[in-house]
Amino acid sequence: MTLIADEDRAARGVTQPAVDLDGVVKRFGPVTAVDGISLRIRPGEVVALLGPNGAGKTSTVDMVLGLSRPTAGSVRVYGRAPQEAVALGLVSAVMQTGGLLRDYTVAETVRLTAVLFGRPVSVVREALERAGIGDIGGRMVGKCSGGQQQRLRFAMALVPDPELLILDEPTTGMDVAGRHDFWQAIRQDARAGRTVIFATHYLEEADAYADRVVFVRRGRVVADGTAAQVKALASGRTVRATMSRPDRTALAGIPGVDPARVEVRGDTVWLPGRDTDAIARHLLNHTDARDLEITSRNLEQAFLALTGDDDGTGPGSPR
Amino acid sequence: MTTTTTPAARTLPGFGGFTLGMLALELRRTVRNRRTVVFTLILPAAFFLLFGANSSYRQERIGQGNVTGYVLISMAVYGAMLATTSGGAMVSVERAAGWSRQLRLTPLKPAAYIAVKLVLAMIVGAVSVIVAFVVGAVAGAQLPASAWLACGLLAWGCALVFAAFGLFMGYLLPSENVMQILGPVLAVLSFAGGLFVPVDQLGHIFATAATFTPVYGVGEIARYPLTHAGNLWLAALNVVVWTGVFALGATWRFRRDTARV
Repeated sequence: MTLIADEDRAARGVTQPAVDLDGVVKRFGPVTAVDGISLRIRPGEVVALLGPNGAGKTSTVDMVLGLSRPTAGSVRVYGRAPQEAVALGLVSAVMQTGGLLRDYTVAETVRLTAVLFGRPVSVVREALERAGIGDIGGRMVGKCSGGQQQRLRFAMALVPDPELLILDEPTTGMDVAGRHDFWQAIRQDARAGRTVIFATHYLEEADAYADRVVFVRRGRVVADGTAAQVKALASGRTVRATMSRPDRTALAGIPGVDPARVEVRGDTVWLPGRDTDAIARHLLNHTDARDLEITSRNLEQAFLALTGDDDGTGPGSPR
Repeated sequence: MTTTTTPAARTLPGFGGFTLGMLALELRRTVRNRRTVVFTLILPAAFFLLFGANSSYRQERIGQGNVTGYVLISMAVYGAMLATTSGGAMVSVERAAGWSRQLRLTPLKPAAYIAVKLVLAMIVGAVSVIVAFVVGAVAGAQLPASAWLACGLLAWGCALVFAAFGLFMGYLLPSENVMQILGPVLAVLSFAGGLFVPVDQLGHIFATAATFTPVYGVGEIARYPLTHAGNLWLAALNVVVWTGVFALGATWRFRRDTARV
């Protein structure tokens, strides 16, 4: 299911963009992690920051949270400096790892967060419940599973009742069931109208939970679109087959084949297209093709398809 | 400060986020740590019973008290030192766990965080001194009434040096078990500073060298209400200089830590 920005959500934060990145660059020594990202996120959007590992997602998130300063460009969160927005509780985050003390209980950790934000103790119970860990409040953090710790981070992030919630690879290391439950909780929460930005390298997560997907690759935004576009990309498949004397022109004419991307090498052919079943049927019925194989595009290939940048060394590459 | 974009008024907490609520939670967590309790509350008292409570020390007079009382003060200083050092060194564990980074996603100011750690260290230090004194009183330590109070307060107050030391080391050492390093270091420093054995029993050269070590001043000052002996100014200078050194070191590392963004 895709979340769609609705009236409620739009009404929550008048005109100010939730996040405004303007030409943001972040360098670590000779490495350019973020290479000029400009991005404006409206209040109420659920945005996936999608990209492979090392694309610059975490560096970007860190700057939005004021954990690091951009080398160049500016970052504003609800019109404020990120650190100020964080201190006021306008924005909170569920980080990838760390950030918990083993010798606090789950409830104490959330209570400490409440104390720090000057919120009443009553928010603790509520945050625990909403994160789905109301039953393990008395457990020591060190004894919690990875999924439970992640829910605890989520509960802590809920304490200031932020306008914007940032999730950095929130389900890394979770099993399938844990991942599902976690997103269930997040989705429940986003319905209430919170702006959500989550970094992920799982295409399925972006597809299922975001209404806007920002593709990041080599520190740059290479595409910015709806989840539906992602889905179309993700569903792109390729039929690979072996056949004698393949004729490129004839192959390109098969219904459903994307003619521009037909590839022929020796007696092996690659036929990408929307309807791979129809392509396979045609090959089997009308040609001597054998050894058929239908493969989905992986994320990297989806990026390549989307950007047409297939030389492997984008301009953001440090090399 | 409030914002106009949000339905609920958002304000920054006062005092940079320093609250009694945080202190209470941190205190509870500290007390839960068995190692801290053993090292800061039980160990000094046990050392006292082992080294200071025998009958000949109880008979032997020193000033208006007995040698058992003298040893007790030294051990109280040792306990306060352990407590405040480990309190300060907690920052090391919290940095290693990524907790410091998590705290940067809250309104808590770094200075308020340090203040919480210092207050916490001093609370545990006070408890350590009180426990040692109660054990001492039961086990036959004799001090003039005024000295019980004065020595206790001085032992506790001067241990602030070691809160700064603990903080400095906590920021300097990335190790998660920083106290396993600092425990032996403190034992050596205590020995060198005349806390376990009076420095003048170890020869002139050693006694002179001892005056430059960080434990020396604290011990001399804390025992002064009993002994009225020794060079108080030299001891005070020792404490001031070492506090300065450790505080500067902690500030330097702390600045680096918060700038490393």
